[in-house]
Amino acid sequence: MTLSSGMQHRSPDRVAVTGRILEGYPKEQRYTLAMLQDIQKEFQFIPRESMELIADYLELPLSKIYSLATFYKALSLRPKGKHVIKICDGTACHIRSSQMLANELYTLLKIRPGETTEDGQFSIEMVNCLGACAIAPVIVIDETFYGKVTPAKLQEIIAQYGDAFGQSDRSGGVAHE
Amino acid sequence: MSNPNQADIRMREAHLSEGTLRRDCRTVLVCCGPGCLANDSPAIAKALRSKIDEAGLDVKVHPLIKETGCQGLCEKGPMIRIVPDDIAYYKVSLNDVEAIVEKTLRSGEVIPKLLHISAKTGKPVLTLRENEFYTPQVKIALRHVGEIDPHQIDDYIDHGGYGALEKTVKEMTPDVVIEEVHRSGLRGRGGAGFPTGRKWKQCASYENSPKYVVCNGDEGDPGAFMDRSIMEGDPHSVIEGMIIGAYAVGANEGFIYIRDEYALAVETIRKAIEQARERGYLGRNILGSSFSFDLSIVRGGGAFVCGESTALMASIEGKVGEPRAKYIRSVEKGLWGQPTVLNNVETWANIPVILTQGGDQFRQIGTEKSTGTKVFSLVGKVKNTGLVEVPMGIRLRELIFDIGGGILGGRKFKAVQTGGPSGGCIPEELLDLPVDFDSLTEAGSMMGSGGMIVMDDRTCMVDVARYYVQFLADESCGKCVPCREGIRRMAEILEDICEGRGQESDLDLLLNIGETMAEAALCGLGKSAPNPVSTTIRYFREEYLAHIQERRCPAGVCRELTTFEIDGALCNGCGLCRRDCPTDAITGSTKQRHVIDQEKCIRCGNCVDSCKRNAVKVR
Repeated sequence: MTLSSGMQHRSPDRVAVTGRILEGYPKEQRYTLAMLQDIQKEFQFIPRESMELIADYLELPLSKIYSLATFYKALSLRPKGKHVIKICDGTACHIRSSQMLANELYTLLKIRPGETTEDGQFSIEMVNCLGACAIAPVIVIDETFYGKVTPAKLQEIIAQYGDAFGQSDRSGGVAHE
Repeated sequence: MSNPNQADIRMREAHLSEGTLRRDCRTVLVCCGPGCLANDSPAIAKALRSKIDEAGLDVKVHPLIKETGCQGLCEKGPMIRIVPDDIAYYKVSLNDVEAIVEKTLRSGEVIPKLLHISAKTGKPVLTLRENEFYTPQVKIALRHVGEIDPHQIDDYIDHGGYGALEKTVKEMTPDVVIEEVHRSGLRGRGGAGFPTGRKWKQCASYENSPKYVVCNGDEGDPGAFMDRSIMEGDPHSVIEGMIIGAYAVGANEGFIYIRDEYALAVETIRKAIEQARERGYLGRNILGSSFSFDLSIVRGGGAFVCGESTALMASIEGKVGEPRAKYIRSVEKGLWGQPTVLNNVETWANIPVILTQGGDQFRQIGTEKSTGTKVFSLVGKVKNTGLVEVPMGIRLRELIFDIGGGILGGRKFKAVQTGGPSGGCIPEELLDLPVDFDSLTEAGSMMGSGGMIVMDDRTCMVDVARYYVQFLADESCGKCVPCREGIRRMAEILEDICEGRGQESDLDLLLNIGETMAEAALCGLGKSAPNPVSTTIRYFREEYLAHIQERRCPAGVCRELTTFEIDGALCNGCGLCRRDCPTDAITGSTKQRHVIDQEKCIRCGNCVDSCKRNAVKVR
């Protein structure tokens, strides 16, 4: 697909939002990663039109932007779920059975790490050490940390993110932002 | 403990109205490090605050609450400390808040059930110092972590913060600063241990400008959270160190590169930079001098390789984080091709202390070639998990058994992994090894950034090697062939061994690939990637052979090679294993010998861990 044919499918919303994000940055290559992170946060993924707009804005080839978007794990070309469940698979969590948690989540949600539920509610990621090894095994849902998670505890935690989620009844952990 | 007199209270109120925090009044320190955060410590801080306000109406005690960074002993969190009385409470819950306010704060009564019980004497201990986890520790890099409120620059200043900067800018020439750092013997805490003073001297010797200073906060080693704790618990020490470094080498711009996963660290550093700017520690003409310097944060994108210095710099420039060959060092041509000093978080945090106390004083601590202290995150199968700072040269045995309290559940120590994925596993025979840069390297491991993962007899060393190699296979940037291909082939071979398809010749092949990578890979990540494999083969060859020749995993971890059995002579039929079995594979009546149905067993090992009598055996 050429750049121009891609432009035919541009979503006006995405273009407008991306434009606003880019305005906040000087036209310098050093801000590319920061721009992409803002866009990821906004859309939960990096839409093609956003990459094209960054390329135009910084006068860089689209391929450079694409290579960044695919290199960094914090960025994703496919939409992630509303709630991102990160299972820490750092060494401390690994030897305290993080794999069991992945299996339990498969039982609960029918998705494996890297996948998103059909209703778009959850995605699971197996991530590297989150630096909370003392309370291993750890999972993080959105920005909330849960420590010493057992399969039984996991069920309770996931239940909190059902339909009732949004009323911020999150007694099991503490928001990190 | 007695209630403070009226004059004290007036003084304290005066401080309060100024909005500053002072050390001379009673303060409740609530740990808000990552471990305690997940155990609800902010809710405890909030409850304490409102309870104290409530009680304040008829009580003359009005402590200040500080939400501090990590206090170290995460295992026993949430932790709170009451100073200056120095009472430390552990595993505090919301239900304890009332008693703490009513008993301890109001009437000076200690609550025994919240105290630490000494493993040696079996008696409760009151203060932090008396807790064997803290007694051997010497805090330099962590000097303020857990003591101050990271969001209050005044608290840092009250503890002597920015004094080193003031002395530097007003009394010392850049050459003198470099000489002092050189004399301290400080070596980079990020892993490689390059002498910091020499790095600065080289950078300062280049005339071209601009120059840059960079802080590597891309702490990616699994099992390591030292830098996170410093950034979240004492951000100004890093900032002050960087300003001093910039002054020494002649840089006017600096960057702190923080790992994407550390949202709280980003926020804390961002606030701290703003506060430092407001006070004139950052910006134009710092403290009235002709020296100007400013800092910005770059948030990483979630790539382990960006912890490598040249990859990190590429990432700051807005490029893909791939390393380059270091024919020319970064001190000459680093960020945007300009002279750059890059040091890690912990290294920067040491700088203000060196300038305040002098390099000679600093090198009194530690060993001759590894001076000062090192922060370790002590994790894995050890009783007291948490963050410790100890003098260099401490024996591994002291670290794991005295400070760490030994192995969880009374199991047997097997190995300790140091240095992250590029480090190695050190066996029991080497427990008396002193922990310093050179001894660890000699043992085939490395200091790394300071993750220390303790493993017991339920940890399979082949699986550990596979784990690290798999980790590195995911994280290899793919730029050079030895690393990209070598790691993948190693991962395949290790997978074969773990799943029962190994051959004896595989061991030589693994070592062979490893040697090639160590010779030919482009960056430190690839060169050191074979370490976990070569050290486990070196120290645990028999365990590899059990997998290969007997198709057996002695630790009971590799599922394809494991069979669990209950020893009838030891089983007392308590039923704990039956309760914990996720597939109902264990049957037996109470007080009768239990048996495992091998058809149903998924080899998760829960039964091994739940059995108090060690009756579940690995065949």
